Amino acid sequence: MKEIVVLSGKGGTGKTVVLASFASLAKNPVIADCDVDAPNLHLLLNPTVKERGMFSSRKMAIIDGRLCNSCKECVSACRFDALSIIGNECLQKVTVDADACEGCGVCTRVCPSGAIKLQEQDSGEWFVSETRFGPMVHALLAPGGENSGKLVALVKQKAKVIANQTGANTVLVDGPPGLSCPAISAAGGADMVVLVAEPTVSGFSDFARIADLCSQMKAKTALVVNRWNINSRLAESIENEAALRGIKSLGRIPYDEMVPSLLATCKTPIESRDGEARAAIVEVWNKLCDMG
Amino acid sequence: MVRISIASGKGGTGKTMVATNLAAVAADALLVDLDVEEPDCYLFFDGKELSREVVSRKVPFVNKEKCTGCGNCAKVCEYHAIVSLPKDVLVFDELCHSCGACSRFCPEGAIEERDHPMGEIIRLGANGLRGLTYGRLRVGEASAATLIKRVKRQLPKDGLTIIDCPPGTACPAVESMRGSDLCVLVTEPTPFGLHDLKLALAVTKKLRLPHVVLVNKTGLPGPDIRKFCSENELPIVGEIPLRIEIAETYSEGRLLVRDLGLKRQFESMLERIMEEAEKA
Repeated sequence: MKEIVVLSGKGGTGKTVVLASFASLAKNPVIADCDVDAPNLHLLLNPTVKERGMFSSRKMAIIDGRLCNSCKECVSACRFDALSIIGNECLQKVTVDADACEGCGVCTRVCPSGAIKLQEQDSGEWFVSETRFGPMVHALLAPGGENSGKLVALVKQKAKVIANQTGANTVLVDGPPGLSCPAISAAGGADMVVLVAEPTVSGFSDFARIADLCSQMKAKTALVVNRWNINSRLAESIENEAALRGIKSLGRIPYDEMVPSLLATCKTPIESRDGEARAAIVEVWNKLCDMG
Repeated sequence: MVRISIASGKGGTGKTMVATNLAAVAADALLVDLDVEEPDCYLFFDGKELSREVVSRKVPFVNKEKCTGCGNCAKVCEYHAIVSLPKDVLVFDELCHSCGACSRFCPEGAIEERDHPMGEIIRLGANGLRGLTYGRLRVGEASAATLIKRVKRQLPKDGLTIIDCPPGTACPAVESMRGSDLCVLVTEPTPFGLHDLKLALAVTKKLRLPHVVLVNKTGLPGPDIRKFCSENELPIVGEIPLRIEIAETYSEGRLLVRDLGLKRQFESMLERIMEEAEKA
């Protein structure tokens, strides 16, 4: 089984469209959407949810007001400024800032009266679904949720289990933008990372940084330049930069007016009969398959 | 003091384009790039570096001579960042949240904390701006939100500040938006754009942040954002049409207000934004 992960560093370069196109070209793939805080793949694949569950990796400090004697030990021990004293001298209370608390548990251990406990918090939901291209695992992080890297790992794990059960030979992963925890988690253990770059100065800079991450993680990496005809000079610069890093170019996808029209009707470029973008993506996919 | 954050659920809707051009037409704005994973605002200004500060966080360092292998450090670590083996203790810096539990609760005092660089804060002087400040996360570091907090702590309290936020709705985006007087949500008329606008609105509601919408790439054959906004009483502060010249100018790292004559359009968007910020 082979896991192919699409990443980009920069948002909006076309990861989801490329991944959805791969899904329509692959032979019975398992599909995973690892952009867990702003997932979009389901909009194109229209999944029917078969199974779902809550994700609760996040812990938070909860204070039992009856036991707390406002000694402030916890307030000074917290590195995240998550605990504070409210009220006046007659009536004081310690409160937890839910967004600041990282669930480290130091407060629970320094509290002399055992008034603080860690409690698991729901921070997202995962889904196993069926789509017209095969099974799909996806998720939705609660607004402002933390530990998105763990949710990404959970989605990938579930997709792999399904691939093993069904004998699927490809797991296709739509990755998140950026290069922090969710991207690191998405790239972890991938057999191939496909970087989708756009020919802009921002696109160049962002490509270089995500390529640095892939090389740090020793991931096998390939490049696709999307909407290359917006700026052919920068498309070439990105390809040259990739070549210097030993990253193979899989091809260029042109800006094609048909693509937004297809997306508006929730279809992938491959599901149209023709089109320049369609032809280019087919070529990219064939090259990717040839790379083994 | 007015703090305006430019955000969106979806990436690539034009946050950086909007932030840089608004800052360029404003008189004396401080532009702050909090997309520390992929900071790009500086590419649009011919800036002169004024300062560059390395930002570190604390990670444990085990003194193997004092360590008795009791395993308490591993027991108190909620992040599995420290593992106690019969003859060794392993520390995984990337998993560490710098909470200090391991060193605080080591009965032998065998763990000290050392600085681990996580990124930089860079300040530029740029023509037409009060300044440009950005964070740059070290590649391989997991926690963008920690660096974002550090950049924000240093921001001046006066004048107009325009913040370019990272995409998404997870902790880095939330940390960037928190504390702003008005949040400008940049979207595009595609199914993805509308879907992620709704996710971004869930964040602004949760944080109780006043918000307005700016529609980029109007003319795309997608959902009717205007209708959605009017049904949900969301003010639209501006629209930018889908035009090849705009994409080309942006791709070269040039400002639309300077090189494409769109100064008036951005001035009027800024005016609307400031009106809405005042109301809020």
